[in-house]
Amino acid sequence: MTSALSVLGIEKSFGPVAVLRGIDLQVRRGEVHAVLGQNGAGKSTLMRILLGLERADRGVISLADGPYAPRGPADARQRGVVMVPQERTLCPALDVVENIVLGIEPSSQGVLRRGEARAIAARALGLVAGDGRIPLGARVRELSVADQQLVEIARALAQGGLGTLAAGVRAKVLVLDEPTASLGKSDADRLFLRVRALADAGLAIVLVTHFLSDVREHADGYTVLRDGKVCGSGDAKTTAPEKIVHAMLGRELETDRGGADAERAPGYRGVDAADMKEREPLLELRAVAGKTKPREASFVLRRGEILGIAGLVGSGRTELLRTILGLDPASSGKVVLTAPRGIGLLSEDRGGEGLMLGRSVADNIELSARGPFMVQPARVHAEGARWIAELSIRASGPAQRTGDLSGGNQQKVQIARLLREDYDVLLVDEPTRGIDVASKAQVLELLRTLARRGKGVVLVSSQLEELVATCDRIAVLRRGVLLPSCPVSEWTEQKLLLEAAS
Amino acid sequence: MSGITGTLDAIRSMRRPAWLGPLVALLVVYAVFAIITPEHSFLRAQNLPMMGRQTVVVAICALGMTLVIVTGGIDLSTGSLVALTTVIIAKLLKSGSSPAFAILCGVAVAAGVGALIGFFVGRLRMMPFVVTLGAMTALRGVAKGLASEQKIDCDPHGLDRLLDASLASPGIWIALGLALATAALLDYTRFGRHVLAVGSNEAAAKLCGINAARVKILVYALSSMLAGVAGLMEFSTLTVGDPTDSFGLELEVIAAVVIGGAPLSGGEGSIVGSVLGALLMTVIRTGAVHMGMPSWVQEIVTGGIIFVAVAIDRARRPPSRAS
Repeated sequence: MTSALSVLGIEKSFGPVAVLRGIDLQVRRGEVHAVLGQNGAGKSTLMRILLGLERADRGVISLADGPYAPRGPADARQRGVVMVPQERTLCPALDVVENIVLGIEPSSQGVLRRGEARAIAARALGLVAGDGRIPLGARVRELSVADQQLVEIARALAQGGLGTLAAGVRAKVLVLDEPTASLGKSDADRLFLRVRALADAGLAIVLVTHFLSDVREHADGYTVLRDGKVCGSGDAKTTAPEKIVHAMLGRELETDRGGADAERAPGYRGVDAADMKEREPLLELRAVAGKTKPREASFVLRRGEILGIAGLVGSGRTELLRTILGLDPASSGKVVLTAPRGIGLLSEDRGGEGLMLGRSVADNIELSARGPFMVQPARVHAEGARWIAELSIRASGPAQRTGDLSGGNQQKVQIARLLREDYDVLLVDEPTRGIDVASKAQVLELLRTLARRGKGVVLVSSQLEELVATCDRIAVLRRGVLLPSCPVSEWTEQKLLLEAAS
Repeated sequence: MSGITGTLDAIRSMRRPAWLGPLVALLVVYAVFAIITPEHSFLRAQNLPMMGRQTVVVAICALGMTLVIVTGGIDLSTGSLVALTTVIIAKLLKSGSSPAFAILCGVAVAAGVGALIGFFVGRLRMMPFVVTLGAMTALRGVAKGLASEQKIDCDPHGLDRLLDASLASPGIWIALGLALATAALLDYTRFGRHVLAVGSNEAAAKLCGINAARVKILVYALSSMLAGVAGLMEFSTLTVGDPTDSFGLELEVIAAVVIGGAPLSGGEGSIVGSVLGALLMTVIRTGAVHMGMPSWVQEIVTGGIIFVAVAIDRARRPPSRAS
């Protein structure tokens, strides 16, 4: 049987950086094909090429009816290739029908034909969710996350050309990007029942996912990407998960064992567990649960240690930190903070909530400061200069606009703010996201130094190698539940990934 | 094309205080009128105090409006609040209260109204535009109701001397004092820092333990209190309580703040700039009168200055970053 989607030797570079280096991928009609890979493996770029958002430098893509080189999403739709992106793209204030026909509203002389719109929506939703399960007139914001996901898929199908055919859909290839990232296990399973039905109806489905359980239970074939290359593919049902994890981590695993990587403290095995017990506890969580995530988290953080938290996208890492800090309300459980000097958070979203990008470096460092009512600008300036020197922040001076700094230096400004307050507990969320390699090493080394000086650090990172190289203990967060932590000496990247993704 | 880009780059690279632009504009416009008015009537000595006096009400309102706009908000209720204050003061004076008590009540009511607006905006997270649009209409109604829809005549008990046409007029000095105090509040106090932070990035401010709702409540209370003081100055000029007075004043005030260099998106703003912006509009109005220009010309010029001020401000910022 010919492939519904066939990708051969796709290459793509952005400037000097080769992101895709010869990708092959075959997906048959009626197949659910999983595409796996760590962050930066090239999954997103490949999907963007399939959707026509990027053009490949080299290589050929073809569909069942011939060669395929889309000039944009509209062109891709025309050929029957549609995608449901990872982030929700629905308009919360519009109802289900309006969302599904958004951009393809049937009309005559500009006047919307409501009956027809409703029929299109009902047909698309019937395929995806079964008839009548989701009310067509409901506002999208009133639906559960799982139902919104189904509406999203229905929209993709409808936009792929549903209205013109009496029998079934015209869409041929459906790309689902991390469809279960924000769903619980039972919602995810229900979603996959529908996905399977769509495959049985003749669609080829490309499933981008982090969850090994999704792959094993719901996919037919899989392809692993790493560093822009295909590093493994086969039958999803019969391949052992360890083999897939090995393909995802690849050579990084060997260097991890060999300790050849100079950037890491070689042989760092963490603080001795027995020694740890006697240290002063700074922060304790007892069965803490948030509104949706985390569902259950308990740990004790002591002076001088770094506790790592590993988890996939959507496992509730950031929500956990926000709940500890009280930024999100906890629905049950208890957070006990015994640290005399308090607790601070380094946000993963530097521009969104971490920094005032439009204001000066000094103003940002000053932001959490308490103290007398009057502020002396000269002193704020001097304090800024002190931290610029202390952390070697590359800025023209304390008055420079923070948004003009590089990512790594912005991160240091955020860290300077925490250090200035001298908090005992630091909650650090993705500290190395979007910063260059040299800054990464500096930031991680800084965290180690702080722990040595007696701080307690909770480090959340999606970079497993970072956790293994930096932390004393690591706990895995899986679908909102924090599993018991183990000393770093018992973890490898492979074990972490298996634990987090199963 | 490259010439324009070059000029833009040059403007952008200049590091200068936010009020410098409005100051230059003010001096230029003043000089132009001084030269072109017939017989240089614009330069006559009595002209300066006259313009100072005419600016006082807008300038005092602009102080509070600057704080509001710095938090990323807007206040449309200013004109109605000024009118309400004149009515309250006149009504109390007429019923035999002492001037001090009348002033206190007028300003306190204004501050209370502001705290309420701040509560809606800060705690209940309603849009400032909508809240103050409602307040604008409701307060106008309250003023008309209190005054039975007519002007309230009363003995001003000397309050009319607050704003006489001399440079020694107490009103001008009160306005200056308030401007200095507000500028110091914004630049030299922790509260001022928090006002800037909330407007610049509210999420970051909250993350740093700043109570954003409290900051907003205080800012609207303070802003409305200043509108109350402006109402006192307005009463001093009118010597009657007039519920229909100062209609649309808030737009003039917002224009002054915008000319003064504060973007409506918040996070930045200069008290000095706003006062200069208020002065600039008075100079244009007075100059136009001296030139014998019809008021429509003066309105076009004022509008043009707003466009130019905002365009220069835009050009100074990095192009891609929408703020």
